[in-house]
Amino acid sequence: MNIIGLYNYWIVVVLMLIGFYIVIAHENLIKKLVGLNIFQTSVFFLYISMGKVSGATAPILDENYQLYSNPLPHVLILTAIVVGIATTSLGLSLVVRIYEAYGSIEESDIQVQDTHDQLECQLEAYGSRRNYTFLDQETEE
Amino acid sequence: MHDLFAVVMLSGIYSLLSASLFLDLDAVDVAFTEASVGAGISTLLFLATLKLVPRHEKESRYKPTLALAVTIATGALLIYGTLDMPHFGDGNAPVHQHVAPRYLNDSMDEIGIPNVVTSVLASYRGYDTLGETLVIFTAGIGVMSLLLVSQRTKDQARKKVPADMQQQVILRVVAKMMIPLILIFALYVQFHGDYSPGGGFQAGVIFAAGIILYTMLFGLSLTQKVFNSKIVELFTALGVLLYGGVGVACLILGGNFLDYDVLRHDAVHGQHLGILLVELGVGITVASVMITLFFKFTWRTVKHKYNQ
Repeated sequence: MNIIGLYNYWIVVVLMLIGFYIVIAHENLIKKLVGLNIFQTSVFFLYISMGKVSGATAPILDENYQLYSNPLPHVLILTAIVVGIATTSLGLSLVVRIYEAYGSIEESDIQVQDTHDQLECQLEAYGSRRNYTFLDQETEE
Repeated sequence: MHDLFAVVMLSGIYSLLSASLFLDLDAVDVAFTEASVGAGISTLLFLATLKLVPRHEKESRYKPTLALAVTIATGALLIYGTLDMPHFGDGNAPVHQHVAPRYLNDSMDEIGIPNVVTSVLASYRGYDTLGETLVIFTAGIGVMSLLLVSQRTKDQARKKVPADMQQQVILRVVAKMMIPLILIFALYVQFHGDYSPGGGFQAGVIFAAGIILYTMLFGLSLTQKVFNSKIVELFTALGVLLYGGVGVACLILGGNFLDYDVLRHDAVHGQHLGILLVELGVGITVASVMITLFFKFTWRTVKHKYNQ
């Protein structure tokens, strides 16, 4: 079995894994978006390389050529690229808002602040309940 | 690498390289789009965001072992999965058997334009493209509502928003010569997309790039005199409306939704007109969404500047 002819899929897999690794291993939100972009291009490569026919030319009809590559993946990916930038920009604006709210774009910082807020909320809730329950005597001891 | 500026620049270069790879794989339209979107607008928006958030990444507290293990396991499974795939460049692969031969053999008689990608995009798969245009429109609305500009910021900025690069004389002179050419090239790509690589998506992005270049060099307030953000925001909807309107016009004339055959006296002319209008709709929406995105990020920068 000749498996060298599958090299295009391996390139795609490697790119996909690079993107995937960046998304799960880095805490910086901008880096995560860059990772998502790389992941996305790997999918583009998967489609486009599947549409390629050896010895064929670009699918613009001309009398001098008989063999063309498959136009369908091109159409799908062309629109996907533009949709990709639109969604990336949505992600970027979310990052901007997160930075304005938390003062950081590192996931760990955001998590610390969230836990802190949560604890504060719970403490507050507990504090207001204290006056009504008989639990307070236990806690004072 | 902890400097995000370098990360963003590298990803721009990566996009440009992948565009040339797409060219090598016969996907000229895709290469065109990737070069203008990935290397151009995407890098620009990342840089605009970096202006609003810290430029350096913090040291991570976790060891990457677990992530690496997950990645490698996934990779092994994926590689195992590829063993059943058809070989690269194989003309008999299943993907080439289904609808592609029909597009390649019949589109010249049915649609009458040489660029098969355009005829598939705008006519055979017109529903798809309408949906995708709507996604872009929706993403544009999302950014608009996330990065709202308050009236106060606008009033403060009305005095004058100087561009950061106002002092760069060489850039300004060169840009003044280049911007008209960029805009004309965008229109060429828009209307010549039936015969050569190009179409509404690429043209919209290139047009927006020209306007964005102007904004960067001459300031937001000057650009807003011509491209008032309210009007640009209206245009985002107008493009989608034009696209949908063509579909409805087909319905009224007795055809199916987005079936352009009925638009003119004979089918091929109808297809030509339909594709032209639909691509125009796509171009208008894409261009105005991209311009709006850049405006919103710039306004945010202005806001941060005044709040400090």
